[in-house]
Amino acid sequence: MDKSRRKFLAESVKTASAVSLAALGLGLYARQSKAMLPAQAIRPPGALDEADFLGACVRCGLCVRDCPYDTLHLAELGSAIATGTPYFVARQTPCEMCEDIPCVVACPTGALNHQLTHIDDARMGLAVVIDKEGCIAFQGLRCEVCYNVCPVRDKAITLDTRHNRRTGMHAYQVPVVHSDACTGCGKCEEACILEGESAIKVIPSHLAKSGGSPHYRLGWKEKQRAGGSLVSPDAKHRFNLPEGMDYDYSGKGLIKKGEKKIGDSERQEDSPFSSNPLDTLNRKGGL
Amino acid sequence: MKSKGINAGAEAIVAKGWIGAHKWLILRRLSQLSILALFILSPWFAKLTEIWLIKGNLASSLTLNTIPLTDPYVLLQSIVAGQSPISTGFIGALIVACFYFVVGGRVYCSWVCPINIVTDIAAWLRAKLKIKGGVVMTRNSRYWILAFTLLLSFITGTLAWELINPVSIVFRGLVFGIGLAWGMILAIFLLDFAVSRRAWCGHLCPVGAFYSLLGHKPLIRVDAYQREKCDDCMDCFLVCPEQQIIKQPLKGAAKGISSVITSSQCTNCGRCIDVCAEDVFRFQSYIKKLR
Repeated sequence: MDKSRRKFLAESVKTASAVSLAALGLGLYARQSKAMLPAQAIRPPGALDEADFLGACVRCGLCVRDCPYDTLHLAELGSAIATGTPYFVARQTPCEMCEDIPCVVACPTGALNHQLTHIDDARMGLAVVIDKEGCIAFQGLRCEVCYNVCPVRDKAITLDTRHNRRTGMHAYQVPVVHSDACTGCGKCEEACILEGESAIKVIPSHLAKSGGSPHYRLGWKEKQRAGGSLVSPDAKHRFNLPEGMDYDYSGKGLIKKGEKKIGDSERQEDSPFSSNPLDTLNRKGGL
Repeated sequence: MKSKGINAGAEAIVAKGWIGAHKWLILRRLSQLSILALFILSPWFAKLTEIWLIKGNLASSLTLNTIPLTDPYVLLQSIVAGQSPISTGFIGALIVACFYFVVGGRVYCSWVCPINIVTDIAAWLRAKLKIKGGVVMTRNSRYWILAFTLLLSFITGTLAWELINPVSIVFRGLVFGIGLAWGMILAIFLLDFAVSRRAWCGHLCPVGAFYSLLGHKPLIRVDAYQREKCDDCMDCFLVCPEQQIIKQPLKGAAKGISSVITSSQCTNCGRCIDVCAEDVFRFQSYIKKLR
């Protein structure tokens, strides 16, 4: 009895050790799989964050089957994408952004979040004009193909007019992507007229987007938020004037209190500038 | 007696004819292949008729656009990984679990799993070529592996086993695009053929281990109901993928052990019924007795 128990224990330890050894390898691979999604592989709309997605997706392929455009594929064994998980490659076949989002509806586990009911809210990635050397709009040519194919037209991609310093008299019409509207569908990437790789590419949002600059206050935005200038109109006392003295903004400078100021008649506000910009330009002396 | 491995069931073929001696094997292959074929052909059928017979794969599927079926083991990995499945997946897993609870968990192994065809061929070839011995491992390894797959899912937050699970990878490969899954089929074949007899299904596979726990008291079982007719030809023992479970029910009459094979490892493959020239075995249903 004691012998058989000892044999059982010895066998269990052996088996547990062998299995643990294999498990270490698998664990490493599983941990790696979270970080190995290639940038050109885009998850379907509504996909959870990659780390959560790999725990929620059961690799059933129902989203692939319900995609009416055969956009989605399941990763085959041997590719860099976690095996069996759905993805698409925008340059080959982008997401057509179906209004009923059949792929999300088909998902039996919520790996594709069923709370996504409006396709414009999808964030599959973010388009980035990545090759500005290649993009012909940056050479001064008219293209606008990405702008025109964009399903969230004139919101996700706008054309920014810039001065062409080479000719001195023409304009660039360069595409600019806006992250608040871009769904990452990849229509722009597919349509880009360049050969081979596209100049505009959908890449994972977390790679494409910085954390911004929260410590900077942009004056023009603060002004807009406040509904008016935050500085000049209410800055009544800008100088510590000597007693009995005043200041004439319009040219005289330091004056005695009660003395007539030059601009008094024209000036409505406390602004140092006249409403007629020519006054400011033409006047003599300091501020 | 020793050379029996080469053609176990020879007497049965003489007694019952070839079809009679392969009845359950043929039915199992039909079941396995038609399930696979259904998944492969459904997209084509849907293109012609716009009717989806079944879509998805064994991990999760939708039959006739209404009945969800989900592999409870895969879903369990997901839950352990920290995800909460939505109702469709959960209902699907419940339906599957109920089914295997009734017919026996490891019915999945011998009637559904595509890898079973590979390992059966490997075992058959091994017997034909009289290959003996190999690496010794305990049949409990699979439960250790099962426990570790769940532990790994918990630690990594991923479906750890699904990254390398040959069962789901091969089935998915055949339905959606094979990739390098051929290598997996070959690896399993070589393992069972050269490394150890019935290594994969009988010792290592955590899917089978899970299903054996899921349906460990099935209502359909093999019964050695005519065990007194046994002439010790050893054929059943030679073909059985879980050899250790036969001896007691078959030879335990003197000790008062029931003739019913109650082990949860029995896959209800029915191969013992096939190869027995004396008709010692038969399937026995306990569904009526429950009422």
